[in-house]
Amino acid sequence: MVKVEKIHKSFGNNEVLKGIDTEFHKGKTNLIIGQSGSGKTVFLKCLVGLHTPDSGEIFFGDKKYSNFNIKEERQLRMDIGMVFQGSALYDSMTVEENVMFPLSMFTEQTKEEMLVRVNEVLSRVNLDNANDKFPSELSGGMQKRVAIARAIVMKPKYLFCDEPNSGLDPNTAIVIDNLLQEITVEYDITTIINTHDMNSVMEIGDNIIFIKEGFKEWEGSKDEMFTTDNPAILEFVYSSELFKKVRETYNN
Amino acid sequence: MLIFRILKNLGGYSLFMTQVFRKPEKFRVFLKLFFREVDDLGMSSVGIVSFFSFFIGAVVSLQMAYNMGDNPFIPLSYIALATRESIILEFAPTMISIVLAGKVGSYIASSIGTMKVTEQVDALEVMGVNSISYLVAPKIAAAMMFFPILIVMSMFLGILGGWVASVGSGVCTSSDYILGLQSYFKPFYVIYALIKTEFFAFAIATIPSFYGYKVSGGALEVGRSSTLAVVWTSITIILLNYILTQLLLV
Ligand SMILES: Nc1ncnc2c1ncn2[C@@H]1O[C@H](COP(=O)(O)OP(=O)(O)OP(=O)(O)O)[C@@H](O)[C@H]1O
Ligand SMILES: [Mg+2]
Repeated sequence: MVKVEKIHKSFGNNEVLKGIDTEFHKGKTNLIIGQSGSGKTVFLKCLVGLHTPDSGEIFFGDKKYSNFNIKEERQLRMDIGMVFQGSALYDSMTVEENVMFPLSMFTEQTKEEMLVRVNEVLSRVNLDNANDKFPSELSGGMQKRVAIARAIVMKPKYLFCDEPNSGLDPNTAIVIDNLLQEITVEYDITTIINTHDMNSVMEIGDNIIFIKEGFKEWEGSKDEMFTTDNPAILEFVYSSELFKKVRETYNN
Repeated sequence: MLIFRILKNLGGYSLFMTQVFRKPEKFRVFLKLFFREVDDLGMSSVGIVSFFSFFIGAVVSLQMAYNMGDNPFIPLSYIALATRESIILEFAPTMISIVLAGKVGSYIASSIGTMKVTEQVDALEVMGVNSISYLVAPKIAAAMMFFPILIVMSMFLGILGGWVASVGSGVCTSSDYILGLQSYFKPFYVIYALIKTEFFAFAIATIPSFYGYKVSGGALEVGRSSTLAVVWTSITIILLNYILTQLLLV
């Protein structure tokens, strides 16, 4: 479980997050939705410690992040997996080296042990014959899958994904979404996903948080989204003609 | 104001440098990165350094011959002596370092800058890797270890180029040249050159890294910061050259 209390974050005069309170559940895919520029990436980066919030608290389990000592911080780093908006694979390394990287930095495993684990997660994301390829030789969808493999190789407790399926065709996007949901249930981890893709919401939205103008505007499950009367939600989701139709049919 | 900008960058650079030596990686990891940097920063520059050194050495010896050749009171061997001194004191350590600032500096700034804008640096940090130490420390070690080798090589090739040009064009004989090389040789000059080189190597490894780290945005910013990195590294080398010469030779 990850909980946040009153997170504020500004860049100069631009106040991006204006006090967000919420809770992300274990064994669930928690989706953060909101318009482009609404601060989803900033929020996610605050959660994982890449941005320091101006004020507010983040809890991992029941411990305050600001009270972590060095040893706990190091452990937390191993418990966090992150998939970046642009995959962020190390382009000087092959797929295998990318996925092996966290293991080689933070465990004392032998090369053989690491390789076993690497191949295990690579086949988990259905990438069996790409070990020796470089990121530049992969398609966007394959890169995303390598990034997911790298994020889960250390068996994290928390998985953060920044728009894991942006820029992918609908088919591949659904494959990635389902993969994330399966991993979440299988490993019983807390997964937090940024997205503005309504398809993802319909596929895997266990718990949805809608961010607007720096506040949490709405929270609920995908089913609740079909029935809510919140005007901001309606405006956001009704920009998709498809979703509008789906909602109408659902409600009839 | 330029002066404020310089002070701000100096402050930023100092803070940056304190990060480099905090929380180093496992030695095994460091060693692997170190050898990769030796390859990327050092070995890959052997060709261009050889080419520059040989031909500049040739030109320097011909200019010396042109200046001294008509004067019957100056022995021909002085062509070699003067060539040797200018190459060891100034050309090899300083000019080659400027060349390296351009070649290696732009490579460092743009590769780190690209890692920054593609969130590869963030990916390191999220995992708990001190990205500054991970990326910069091996570069410092590789540059400080390998650049002196390049500079010594440059000295030899420059002097060799001088020999080929002056003997080849008949301005002096081979024995004049060799006699000149052996006269009044001060080993301290080589040490002075190598001390300078170590300072320049540190600047070439760290200043472009700092500029690479400052990048945010996209490809345009990467290009800009790589240009700035080369400019400021070269300026630093020229200033350090002056300061170190005051301290070591005067
Ligand atoms: N490092 C930064 N420095 C200054 N401002 C920033 C920084 N990062 C983000 N911002 C600002 O914060 C706001 C939110 O940006 P953010 O990237 O979080 O949006 P987003 O919701 O992730 O959008 P998208 O869906 O397009 O990825 C933007 O106005 C942006 O300009
Ligand atoms: Mg974003």
